[in-house]
Amino acid sequence: MRTFYGTKLLSPLMLGTAQYPSPAILEQAFRDSGAGVATVSLRREGGAGQTFWTMIKDLGVLILPNTAGCHTVKEAVTTAHMAREVFDTKWIKLELIGHTDSLQPDVFQLVEAARILTEDGFQVFPYTTDDLIVGERLLEAGCEVLMPWGAPIGSGRGLNNEYALRAMRAEFPDVPLVVDAGIGLPSHASHAMELGYDAVLLNTAVARAGEPQMMARAMALAVEAGRLAYEADPIEARDMAEPSTPVIGKAFLS
Amino acid sequence: MKIVLNGEPCEVAAETLAALLDECGFSGRVATAVNEGFVPSSLRVGHRLNDGDRVEVLAPMQGG
Repeated sequence: MRTFYGTKLLSPLMLGTAQYPSPAILEQAFRDSGAGVATVSLRREGGAGQTFWTMIKDLGVLILPNTAGCHTVKEAVTTAHMAREVFDTKWIKLELIGHTDSLQPDVFQLVEAARILTEDGFQVFPYTTDDLIVGERLLEAGCEVLMPWGAPIGSGRGLNNEYALRAMRAEFPDVPLVVDAGIGLPSHASHAMELGYDAVLLNTAVARAGEPQMMARAMALAVEAGRLAYEADPIEARDMAEPSTPVIGKAFLS
Repeated sequence: MKIVLNGEPCEVAAETLAALLDECGFSGRVATAVNEGFVPSSLRVGHRLNDGDRVEVLAPMQGG
């Protein structure tokens, strides 16, 4: 099994901690999801930060801080340094937003920031597009994980470009790959795992569901089903039917 | 002196970053930046503030 900077994940589900109806529901949904990684952020301290930190720490999962909302290399690098100190981890989910409406990554700045942070000793999880050459550049910059988007953040559209995600899996057979963003349904999460992805990172699909806890459980089952299916070497799709019941031995009754 | 703390102008007596955190009641896990540059916690005591400094005090928050 591929590891994330030497760390083996107990579950292929990485779950965000934002947008839940209440901290109690967040906590319960997180436990029901079985997720082994929690994404978090840094924001201006308004009094709630310390309570949140205690709750997250008590979940006993790995913490992956993000640089959400950063639009420049400088901003992202500074945020990463602040996150490393606060969360006491070298892991950073590097987001460099290039477009306000689609939240599409600015891959040029992403590669640059990834290089700087790797040199500074960070272990970078880059939120990127499904572009193969950008993936190569990120690996050259020192990333050992790639996190292509399935669809824009929070859109719930699933895997917009299965072809590109398949190509990425084939191109980087030894690199841990995560579909990050765009997942809306358990079938989307299964789909990513069936393609051979190593993990799925999602947030909105669970947090904004009518019943976050039920959706958390559904996602846990989905990623497990998808992974098992990938490992089970599924059949190829075909255009014409092929009877599964034996033809030989059929009675003559017409 | 007058500084801008987390985007809000304010008048403080503190002369260092560490003293500012005490004066404004920040405790626990926070990270600091002054004028858009990260200041590690180990350097806060020695970091003198100047009039007009922009100080950011960030804490753990929900994120995706």
